[in-house]
Amino acid sequence: MITTDFTPLSSLIGGALIGAACVMLMAFQGRIAGISGIAARLFPPYADQEFVGRLVFVLGLVMAPVVYAIASGHVPVQVIVANRYVLAVAGLLVGFGSVWGNGCTSGHGVCGLSRRSVRSVVATLMFMATAVITVFVTRHLLGVS
Amino acid sequence: MTVLVQFVIGLIFGLGLVIGGMSNPAKVLNFLDVAGIWDPSLAFVLAGAVAVTFVGFRVVLRRPRPIFAEKFHLPAATHLDARIIAGPAMFGIGWGLAGFCPGPAFTALSGGSSAAITFVTTMLIGMIVARRLINRESRAHSATPPVAGLSKLRK
Repeated sequence: MITTDFTPLSSLIGGALIGAACVMLMAFQGRIAGISGIAARLFPPYADQEFVGRLVFVLGLVMAPVVYAIASGHVPVQVIVANRYVLAVAGLLVGFGSVWGNGCTSGHGVCGLSRRSVRSVVATLMFMATAVITVFVTRHLLGVS
Repeated sequence: MTVLVQFVIGLIFGLGLVIGGMSNPAKVLNFLDVAGIWDPSLAFVLAGAVAVTFVGFRVVLRRPRPIFAEKFHLPAATHLDARIIAGPAMFGIGWGLAGFCPGPAFTALSGGSSAAITFVTTMLIGMIVARRLINRESRAHSATPPVAGLSKLRK
């Protein structure tokens, strides 16, 4: 376990930037900024002509730490605790589950909650609950990660 | 122009994840560790994001149409079904195991670590499989495809 600093101000600013990006995507493209939906639609079947737009959006996500490092002079802290087998299983669960439930932290947690969608409230409570239980079981019952 | 705009929007989203601390799986796991070394920072990420979208969506959706598109695409579904429970339940378990949800997984790719590449690869496989199953199911039931209808937000 690695302790991390409580960062209310920078987290609030980061959150506001995420919100601004969601509002901009709605204003320009008329779309919900749901990362799982955008990523899943990078693959066939293609129902619309938005492929390039989705690809460059994801490229923007990938490039963000690089831009941050150049602008601030600090490489963002990123500590991946899980081993590769756990990561592989977790990736499957995150990918399958987010598409199966029509959204992830961004689509349900941010965009859905602010639209007061009942489905998104249910989804957000559900993934928060299972995530908290999973960390409790792995850290405090099994003593790993 | 629309391509450049979407790249910049993705970049702003990613910078938000980095500045907010959400791109760090260790911080995410500590946020979820309410019974241990709890770091509540990420509640502030959610609060900041929801505050901006709550106001911003209302302003934007008053316009007749988006700047670069014909119409607004808002989810039309309002019913609760098994998928809206089972999907997020599975997603949460994966999130709690790795500390990655889809956005931060993509921002982690630029570091080039095999850990991030492993996660994103299996995540994309999971997404493709889920989408195939959903499409097959909706064809089997020959249900009418969901229409990008008006939500209660736009009344």
